This record gives sequence, C-alpha cells and structure tokens, in this order.
Amino acid sequence: MSETLKSAGSERQTAPNRGATRIGIESRLEGRFRDLRKRGEKALVIYLTAGDPLLEATGKLLEAVDQGGADVIELGIPFSDPLADGPVIQRASERAVHGGATLRKVLEYLPRWRERLGAPIVLFTYFNPVLQYGLESFARDASRAGADGTLIVDLTPEEAGDYIAVMRSHHVDTVFLASPTSSDERIERLAAVSTGFLYLVSRTGVTGERQSLSAAVPPLVERARRFTDLPLAVGFGVSTPEQVKAVQALADAAVVGSAVVHAIEERYPAGGAPAVRDFVHWLKGRDSGFEHDRT
Amino acid sequence: MSSLPQTWPDARGRYGEFGGCYVPETLMGPVEELNRAWQSVRHDPAFQAELSRLLKDFAGRPTPLFHAQRLSEKLGGAQIYLKREDLLHTGAHKINNCLGQGLLAQRMGKRRLVAETGAGQHGVATATVAALLGLECVVYMGEEDMARQAPNVFRMRLLGTEVVGVSAGSRTLKDAINEAMREWVTNVESTHYLLGSVLGPHPYPEMVREFHRVIGQEARRQILEVAGRLPDYLFACVGGGSNSIGLFYDFLGDASVKMVGVEAGGRSLKLGEHAARFAGGRPGVLHGTYTYMLQTDDGMVSTTHSVSAGLDYPAIGPEHAALFRAGRVEYVPASDGEALEAAKTLARTEGIIPALESAHAVAEVIKRASAMSRASIVVVNLSGRGDKDLGIFQSFG
Repeated sequence: MSETLKSAGSERQTAPNRGATRIGIESRLEGRFRDLRKRGEKALVIYLTAGDPLLEATGKLLEAVDQGGADVIELGIPFSDPLADGPVIQRASERAVHGGATLRKVLEYLPRWRERLGAPIVLFTYFNPVLQYGLESFARDASRAGADGTLIVDLTPEEAGDYIAVMRSHHVDTVFLASPTSSDERIERLAAVSTGFLYLVSRTGVTGERQSLSAAVPPLVERARRFTDLPLAVGFGVSTPEQVKAVQALADAAVVGSAVVHAIEERYPAGGAPAVRDFVHWLKGRDSGFEHDRT
Repeated sequence: MSSLPQTWPDARGRYGEFGGCYVPETLMGPVEELNRAWQSVRHDPAFQAELSRLLKDFAGRPTPLFHAQRLSEKLGGAQIYLKREDLLHTGAHKINNCLGQGLLAQRMGKRRLVAETGAGQHGVATATVAALLGLECVVYMGEEDMARQAPNVFRMRLLGTEVVGVSAGSRTLKDAINEAMREWVTNVESTHYLLGSVLGPHPYPEMVREFHRVIGQEARRQILEVAGRLPDYLFACVGGGSNSIGLFYDFLGDASVKMVGVEAGGRSLKLGEHAARFAGGRPGVLHGTYTYMLQTDDGMVSTTHSVSAGLDYPAIGPEHAALFRAGRVEYVPASDGEALEAAKTLARTEGIIPALESAHAVAEVIKRASAMSRASIVVVNLSGRGDKDLGIFQSFG
C-alpha cells in the first residue's frame, strides 16, 4: 500500500512551519524575478512536457528552451488523465506516458538536466502521481533533484495543507493558480499559500493556443495585485510574441505552454532542438531570422 | 472510523478519509456555487414537492418491488425481490438524479447541461430532462461505448441532444468524464455539469446519493409491507455506485441487513481486464475525489474492461470506499460471462431482460441464494432494463 493521505497527514506534526527559517534565504525563483525587476524586464515562462516525445529528448529540449531565452521553465510531468489540458498538451502527455515517462523517472533524470540550465524549474503536474509517490518523498526528491517550485493543477488550498507543509520544509516554492472565477477571498488565500510567483489563468477553460488575449486578464491582474506583491504570471492561451508582450505590459510574466509543445510536435522531428530554441527566441520578441508559420 | 456512515459526508465532503474536492482552481467557484444551491434546495419544501411530482408523474415512481418467485424456486433458497428501477421512464434509475439536478440547474439559472455517459443510460436520462425543462444539452460518450450502445446514441439525438464522441484514452466512461469536465471548465457561467454517479468533487457524491435515496426508502417500506420485516441481504451492481448507494443508504443503520456491491469482474482479474476496484485498486485521486481506483504504481489511471459499459470505470464513489474500509458493505466481482448468463436466466424465469450492469447483481444472487434458507429475504436492485444491450446479447448468442 502506498503512502495515503492519512500517513501524509501525520507528517504535518513532524514538519513544523519552517517559513521563519527561510527569511534571508532567497529562492532561485525569487532571485530570478528580483533580477528581472531590477533590470526593468518581464519574464517569459516556457512550459514543456517531460518525456515528449521521449525522455531522452527532454534534456536537449530544456537546454534549447533555456538558450532561447526562457526566464523560468515549467516542466510538465505527464499524467494519464490531464483534465485541465487542451488537445495539444493531451497529445504530448499521451506520447510521454506511452514512452514510459513517470514522475519517478523525471526526478531521476532531473539533476543531469538541471545542471546545464540557467532558468529555475517548476514541476507542473496532477495530484495523483504525487500522492502515489508519497508527499514527503516527493518533496525530498524534488528538492534534491533541483526543482525550484511545484504546481499541482488539481490541488487547491483546501486540500493542500500537508503538501504545502512538506514543500516548505524542503524549501521548494509552491505555485498556485488563480482564475477569473476565483473570488477575492480565494485570490487572497491563493496568494497567501503561493511562493515564488502566483499563476493567473487568463480565461476559464483548458490550456491551448488562442487568437487573442482574454479580456479577463486586466481585471484579474488588478484584483491579484491588491492582495500580493508576489510576481504575477499569466498563462493559458498565450501563444504569440504579441500576446507575450501584451501580457508583460500588465503582469510580471507571460507563460507559453501549448504553443511551445505544438512547436515541439511539429518542428522537433525535422529541425531538432535548434528549431525549438528559435521558436522561444521568436516568442521572446527578438529578431532571430525565424519566421513562424502562423497557419 | 471517526464518524458513522449516516453522518457522512462532513463539511469538507469527506466520507471517513475519502472524498474531498480536487479540481482545478477555475472549478472551485462553480463547485462552491453548486454546493450553496444544493444545500439551499435539499430541505426546501417547494423544490422537493416539484421533484416528487416529476418523479411520480413523469418518471413513474414508486417502482414496484417484485417477488421473483420462479427464480427463487429455481435456486431453492432465499426469497428474491427485485426493485424494479428498470421500469422507470428512460429505462434505468438514472432519471432520479437527472430530474433532481435538472431542477437545480434551472434554479441556478443555467441554460445548458453537460454530461458524460458510459452505457448511455445517464446520457438518455439527461437528454430527456433537458428536453422536459427546455435546456440545451451536450453529452460526451467514449467512441467504444457509442459503438456498443448505439440505440442510446440514437435516443439522445432524437431528444435534441448533441452527442460528442471521445476518442482519447480507452474511449470509455473515464475519458467521457475528462471531456465533460473540460467542457464545464470552459463554459462555467452558462453550464451545469450533470454528473451521473456518486463520483467527482464534493458536493456531487452527496447530492447524487440524496437524489437516489428514494430507491431504498421505497424498498424499505415495500418489504415491510409484503414481508413484515427487513431483508437479510441487499444486492446491487457498482460502477460509480449510484444505484447501490441509493438502495443501501436507508438501511445502513440496520445492522441485520447485509449488503453486497457487485463490481465488474470483466474477463479476468488481471489489471486492464476488469473494473473491480476493490480487487487490485488502491486509494488515489481521480475526477475530483480521493477514493479506490485502478492504477499503476506510478499513479497512472488504468484502463478497464467490462462487457457492461456502465460498470467500465477505474474509480468508485468515495462513500463506497469508506463503506468498504469500515467493513459495512461487502464488494465482490462478477465476470462478463456470469453477468450474461444471469441475464438469460432472469429473462427465462421471470420474463425480465435486465441491463448488463444490473445482471452483475443478479449473478451474485444466483451464486448465493441456494445456500440461504427459504425464509431468507434478498432484495436486488434491478437498476436498468436490457433493451440497450440486445446487440451484445446477440453477439454472445
């Protein structure tokens, strides 16, 4: 029998709130956003799915994304039933699961990938793989492997007490999502349990590329700003340099996921990692001589 | 156990350690809105009166409790009573919950229903209620299920519902729920997700149970009328677990009443060939709730198999997980072959063709009844009728 919620619950007593011990120790995510703020720049956060198309490719793709100019990398750990994701990331998850990628394998490979990267890494996943791995083991191994933060898309503060406690005790940032449907009370609570940054979902719905930026973004950023000084990152549906720029004018970071995964799907087989690096460069709004096919 | 089954769930939607609410943040607002609406109507006399009227005049409640004398005689043991949910409008117990949630959606000002379906019984019931109440309706159904339950696809479309095939994953109920939840998260303002079983995030498992409790309330009254005492055993099939919890719930406090939930044993008890969550599953989180589920060591959800689409699902309602953990209900698998054989036996002894789902419960009764005394009383929930399964019966000869 794997570690259950009950056994995870008992960890809470043995893992006191180490928040106080963190004062003065800046996390890599905090450092990255502080540096950017100092330079008057905004961040580009890039998502990709680990193990898509194969685990062996992920190291190269992470480097490509890093070299392309990602300020923070979100690394998706594939799950069989990604119900918050649209078709593009669903396909990536299927390829990755089919190729044998699991949380355990990603945490095994991560230290090797990590040492060649400049950008902090946030692990992005669903709760069940983490629960089966064991919360305490996950926190310990993610921390040892060099993960800077974690985001569990189907875990809200109501159910996250034990998770937050163990991640704190291993000095891994916990990023939560806030959405246009979140009340002010919820946004305040989500900001209070988030460290590193707060992720704002630009629209109701699943991940995926969109033609235009949602009108829900400005009011959501404004509401979040009232409750926190954390960097605010906006994602879901951000897929072009223009949208990145528009988001960065409002918030501290733009998150691009499906468009990158789509580019990996289409360009990696023929163009290899450099094609993906150029795509990120293009998103960054730099002239790389790269012409993105917008069809 | 820190609490009694009759007090479940607690305010956070927990049944013992199971249940809860694990959804993306975008759904938390809608789930809270739903919970407030549900808590406000559950004891509202006007709402309950309207629901009772529709259950009676539209759906056909109360359903009979039928003494299956020829089957009882043939087996030579317990007296078998069938709770005839198969006689309800749309052919299964599912209409109880759909009427309840449909009325609730209307009160919440939602113009649109979205639902998943496995066997198609929940989809047909949702499509029916949408037509009755003048709401738009979209039903997601796995492509494998659309093929094996084709008559129900046609019924839904005739009722004006859009049926969307799901080609992802195992192309069955699990994948249909994924798509329905994606649709809900995208259209939360206008849409109510009419979940069809005692699954999902709180308050769904509680709300769906409450809408099906009428099954057990009626059965209790009826058996006391005809037999003058409570039954010794209750039997029901368990996919997500809505018809079984509906029958069991009002008997949970009666220690003398033993209860058996029958899961889909499929082709074999090898992972991937069955849907018996208590025979190889372990606790995890799927579709918003913490419960027993079939999964790999790495937490990937397993594919399942059952001849009956309605039982072909890797997780079970959290209240069942808690009743299993508490030892209050026994859960056993019945195989595809046993279910098909049981359906044939019931058809030939009683003139009733059961749904393949319900046939699993009948199969377990057939295994046990002869070993019981002739004075024993058994109630089986005949949750649905077999019309939709004629193609499958044909292909198995």
